[in-house]
Amino acid sequence: MTEPKTLFDKIWDSHVVQSIEQGPDILYIDQHYIHEVTSPQAFNGLKERGIPVFRPEKTLATADHNVPTVNQDKPIREELSRKQVEKLAENCRNYGIELFGLNHPKNGIVHVIGPELGYTRPGMTIVCGDSHTSTHGAFGTVAFGIGTSEVEMVLATQCVLQPKPKKMRITINGKLQKGVTSKDIIMYVISQISTGGATGYFVEYTGPVISDLTMEGRMTICNMSIEMGARGGMIAPDETTFRYLKELPSFPESFDWNSLILNWKDLKSDQDAQFDRELEFNGDHIKPMITFGTNPGMGIAIDDSIPTTDDISSEDSVSFLKSLDYMGFVPGMKLLGHPVDYVFLGSCTNGRIEDIKTFAQLVKGKKKASNITALLVPGSKAVEKQVIDEGLDRILNEAGFELRQPGCSSCLAMNEDKIPEGKYAVSTTNRNFEGRQGPGARTLLASPLTAAAAAITGKITDPREFID
Amino acid sequence: MAKEKFNILQSTCVPLPFENVDTDQIIPARFLSATSREGFGENLFRDWRYDKTGNRNMEFVLNDPRFGGKILVAGKNFGSGSSREHAVWAIYDYGFRTVISSFFADIFKNNALNNGLLPVVVPEKFLNNLLFIIQKDPGSQIRIDLEKQSIVILPDGEPFIFEINPYKKECMLKGLDDIDYLLSKKDMINSFETGKKS
Repeated sequence: MTEPKTLFDKIWDSHVVQSIEQGPDILYIDQHYIHEVTSPQAFNGLKERGIPVFRPEKTLATADHNVPTVNQDKPIREELSRKQVEKLAENCRNYGIELFGLNHPKNGIVHVIGPELGYTRPGMTIVCGDSHTSTHGAFGTVAFGIGTSEVEMVLATQCVLQPKPKKMRITINGKLQKGVTSKDIIMYVISQISTGGATGYFVEYTGPVISDLTMEGRMTICNMSIEMGARGGMIAPDETTFRYLKELPSFPESFDWNSLILNWKDLKSDQDAQFDRELEFNGDHIKPMITFGTNPGMGIAIDDSIPTTDDISSEDSVSFLKSLDYMGFVPGMKLLGHPVDYVFLGSCTNGRIEDIKTFAQLVKGKKKASNITALLVPGSKAVEKQVIDEGLDRILNEAGFELRQPGCSSCLAMNEDKIPEGKYAVSTTNRNFEGRQGPGARTLLASPLTAAAAAITGKITDPREFID
Repeated sequence: MAKEKFNILQSTCVPLPFENVDTDQIIPARFLSATSREGFGENLFRDWRYDKTGNRNMEFVLNDPRFGGKILVAGKNFGSGSSREHAVWAIYDYGFRTVISSFFADIFKNNALNNGLLPVVVPEKFLNNLLFIIQKDPGSQIRIDLEKQSIVILPDGEPFIFEINPYKKECMLKGLDDIDYLLSKKDMINSFETGKKS
């Protein structure tokens, strides 16, 4: 009788080429994604060693971090950005790697295009030189971020050296209330366990609240697993997953579903499988969230008050106060009604069609507040096209919003889409570190619904006011 | 390609008594647009070292002439955030060969070990004591012996034995590269692929 195994174990163990004695595992990688920022030095390494890419067909490339989100048909103005994007194109050409570069109809943010093009499939091991690679875990994969040296490893041998992490299961029971989204779920969990709370663990999310989520909702959850220190996050594939994949335009017609679905249906944790740590949360208790500080764990329910120093341990109080000082907030204050300057809708966390639909539905028939500068950035060309095909761009335009072109944009502001110093930005992204969206920028992480509400009122607003 | 071997390091330290230093502070995203591994040391802790007009912020430790050395001593939870290996390259390129803290984010720790930068985890008490001693006497020296896994505050401190993954320790001692190791396993990888297809 074989020991019960978790889904994570099943995928990890079946991909181990060798376990090094007292060392890491050699893990075979099914799908490798690369982008322009973390790949150049990896290719330089291959060149210096005089070796080719081992399995070029298993690497997919895109340009997303550095690209402008307007006038993409014109040459990139910023010299270093342009050079990086050109370098990626040159490397892909030289090494025979498929690239969906700037202006290609399949271009977009790496963690948006992989799933929507059907490259990400249940049971795979997936890596990318980007910490939000955990996004792909939504399909029941072992997906995690790696450094550039590891990118070079994968290009050279299709394997990566990794110690096997511990396993954590997070169960969300109950039911999501109105106005509460998958973004709020993960922000709530991180606020409860902190940014180091899952360090050393690979997380599996389960529970009725999770099963009820769409694939895009699941991607948002898995995406932010890294923000609580987890190595990765995954959700077992089910009917929702299979239906999503079947309906993808790029999924091959000749795919033999009968044989594979049988295999894929085995992709779940066994009944009595043991996790190293288990946590449970009640979905009923989750409200729309917003961050007030400078790490993703410093979040509160939108109608709540910022903690006071009484609520904080003495060892954390120095960094807590420093954080609030940067944000221009004080302990104990309420955030509702606080003026906002920018709203950013986009990123690998919330830049998909459902996110844009949610935003459009709330702003429909209303007008953007005059004090708000809004950046709406679709996650990919395919998302952009769907927004236009479904007439959502007209709804957005009438409300005073303009859709830009795909890219990582203001999430980390490597391109010109920077939030100015001291300005408050309600952002559907994943990190609110000091200066991330621009030197001195003040990021307030939130869901697309909450971002839409702020865009209309010009201040931090409870999105539930807009829902009947 | 082989890297510098790491065996014994004896040096003064640079204290960075801040907690939760994330990768956006270590190397801001706007400096990631380089295509080689060199030159990142220039921009290490950029927004703390220089003010908005580009002048040196004399209050920041890297601009304080009293402190120098190859060892960086940082508050807990160092290196959280992005997987950008550039953070490690920046620290290494600047001249550091070891970072000491009571807690490192996973990806950062991995990246450091892959690049010849030794992350040493010590208990909070040891860390606080170390920070106190360095700030009191900037000339204080630390001796790290990777083979013995020991770290000691000279001249007569109690050695602390730190943890390190045995495989990584071997690689650092021998100046070995992970990729050379993997390349030597090509046959095994080929067999694995063939086995999966059947």
